[in-house]
Amino acid sequence: MAAERPVQRKTSADAASPRALMSVRGLGIRFKTSHGVWQATRKIDFDIAAGERVGIVGESGCGKTITGLSILRLLPNNLAGLDGSIMFDGVDLARCSTRAMRAIRGRRIAMIFQEPMSALDPVFTVGHQISETLRVHTNVSKEEARERTLDMLRRVGIASPERRIDDYPHQLSGGMRQRVMIAASLICGPQLLIADEPTTALDVTVQAQILELLRDLSETSNTALMLITHDLGVVAETCTRMITMYAGEVIEDAAVDDALVRPLHPYTSGLLRSLPHLSPRHGKLPSIPGRVPSIVDMPNGCRFKARCAHAVAGCEKEQELRDAGPGRRVRCWRFNELDLPGALQHAPSAPIAAMVGDP
Amino acid sequence: MSALAADIADEGVKDAIVSVRDLQVQFQTSDRRATVKAVDGVDFDVRRGETFGIIGESGSGKTTIGRALVFLVKPSAGAILHNGVDPLALPRRQFQSHRRDYQIIFQDPNAALNPRMTILSSVLEPLELAREGDRAQRLRRAREAMDRVGLPQDVGDRYPHQLSGGQKQRVVIARALTLRPKLIVCDEVVAALDMSIRGDVLNLFAELQRDLGLTYVFITHDLAVVSHISERIAVMYLGRFVELGPTEQVSERPLHPYTQALLSAEPRPLPSSMRSGNRIVLQGEIPSPIDPPSGCRFRTRCQYAQALCAEQTPEWRELARDHWVACHFADRPSFSPN
Repeated sequence: MAAERPVQRKTSADAASPRALMSVRGLGIRFKTSHGVWQATRKIDFDIAAGERVGIVGESGCGKTITGLSILRLLPNNLAGLDGSIMFDGVDLARCSTRAMRAIRGRRIAMIFQEPMSALDPVFTVGHQISETLRVHTNVSKEEARERTLDMLRRVGIASPERRIDDYPHQLSGGMRQRVMIAASLICGPQLLIADEPTTALDVTVQAQILELLRDLSETSNTALMLITHDLGVVAETCTRMITMYAGEVIEDAAVDDALVRPLHPYTSGLLRSLPHLSPRHGKLPSIPGRVPSIVDMPNGCRFKARCAHAVAGCEKEQELRDAGPGRRVRCWRFNELDLPGALQHAPSAPIAAMVGDP
Repeated sequence: MSALAADIADEGVKDAIVSVRDLQVQFQTSDRRATVKAVDGVDFDVRRGETFGIIGESGSGKTTIGRALVFLVKPSAGAILHNGVDPLALPRRQFQSHRRDYQIIFQDPNAALNPRMTILSSVLEPLELAREGDRAQRLRRAREAMDRVGLPQDVGDRYPHQLSGGQKQRVVIARALTLRPKLIVCDEVVAALDMSIRGDVLNLFAELQRDLGLTYVFITHDLAVVSHISERIAVMYLGRFVELGPTEQVSERPLHPYTQALLSAEPRPLPSSMRSGNRIVLQGEIPSPIDPPSGCRFRTRCQYAQALCAEQTPEWRELARDHWVACHFADRPSFSPN
């Protein structure tokens, strides 16, 4: 099934790590449009270990959502090509048959989205929709499916599940709907859960509940979590590792604390500095000048160089994702000479940090 | 209404550009069987030149207040005075020219801009509707406004789809500035923008305020944004204010349990060593404004709730100078978890 793999770059990270649950190598996605073929992402490399919680962060259009979708091959019809490999337990998800993919989707890798209301079918009860995954993938009886659905609803923190199981989606609040989606995605006990902005549509107090639930479930059932978000705070609260994407590439991959304290890529540092949490109140917020390059007109070499305060001659050369210490990689050839500010330098003056300090 | 104006003058809030007293806004549900009390008795003053932040979750009524402030929705009861004047008491013509001083900007610039109009004609439109000056003067003022928000002049010939999100929001700001308003209600104006752009737009708001002496009412669900830009913050829950005070006090020494929970729920981009473990995770979600809980509206989710909270609506009281709160127990020393 893991047939011919495409030509790959020769780097140390090339071989799929034996301990990884999933190894993505050289992943790139191209789309056909009326203006020709557009390269949405390229050279995406990362691993996710069993039970690990990884945040994929970036701004809109950086390719984080499409990377999540490509793992389950939920790609639009105008796909022009999928390069590279996605090794998951010995199977290349980028190349395997539709049939093999279907056996994995929902059962071993599950996904939840931003809008639970559009992911749930309004004409079926939530119990029906949760147990559907179970009935498709296993031979459980109707009674057992209902039992396990009730159990799952209890685990995701829905009060009186016996009453809620026969409710329709419109009878539930936004937070409860997202809990139902999580129940449906986890009922088959997947090894990997991909969550694409799961709390963006929710209020901050409900967001805190859902993030805590995701963290707990991932810990207790050893389910790996790939959390796609634009919110660095959400990643800091939920994940152990953070992968930053910019203009269709992975530009930094590090443990969350390392990335926050000492980011190695100027873009990661710029993002952290632009957050109002970390700036003195009423002060001028540092910002990143310019805008993300257009997908039709990507610059050569470093894609961030036009906006980067540290750009020099040499940045127009092709940038590789380099090893930068244990468990760290960065797509910037100058990372060793730069000393970039992270979240820590600004934090003591931050209002919210001050509030949660020692009692 | 003049009696109210006199009352407010007596209270010594003459620097108020907007005074709101016992504001209520109600809507009928579509089957007309129930009434949604979106805003249910709110009092506050916005001082000239300040940024007044209103924070709340969806369904709290913060957007309705913003719309009521510029009379896009009519109050069901209570009063809103602009500079001591009740705009609803003005003759129609005068009301129209009066409301030019009070503008509003919304979250989504895509919905605010007509895709078939060039940027320049969008910015010109308010001046044309107001019949300000002749065509040359209007053009000059539109160009000035675009310049003011940092848009290059060649953007004027383009259409909204040719601009980035941040640029579109700048166009909307320029358009609101053309009529030289005194106050702008900003409803989630940076929520739709990417992180790296958000800072730029917030900086622009601060700069415009400094240069033009604008007053803002800044409505948002984002605590970091509101505490960065505002002088005072009001915290709203289910149609009422639960706390109002200077930003430093509300964000560092919150008095109301809801504010405390809201602050502790905010995900912070800090390394694990700097985050404290004692987070208050609220149970459940905001109740329906059709049938709000009796007494204190927050009591169904409050960890300190007692029998009294269901029986009596907590009074709106000033516990420290300028720091108001609606909670029976906010002044008990053992009460705060911090």
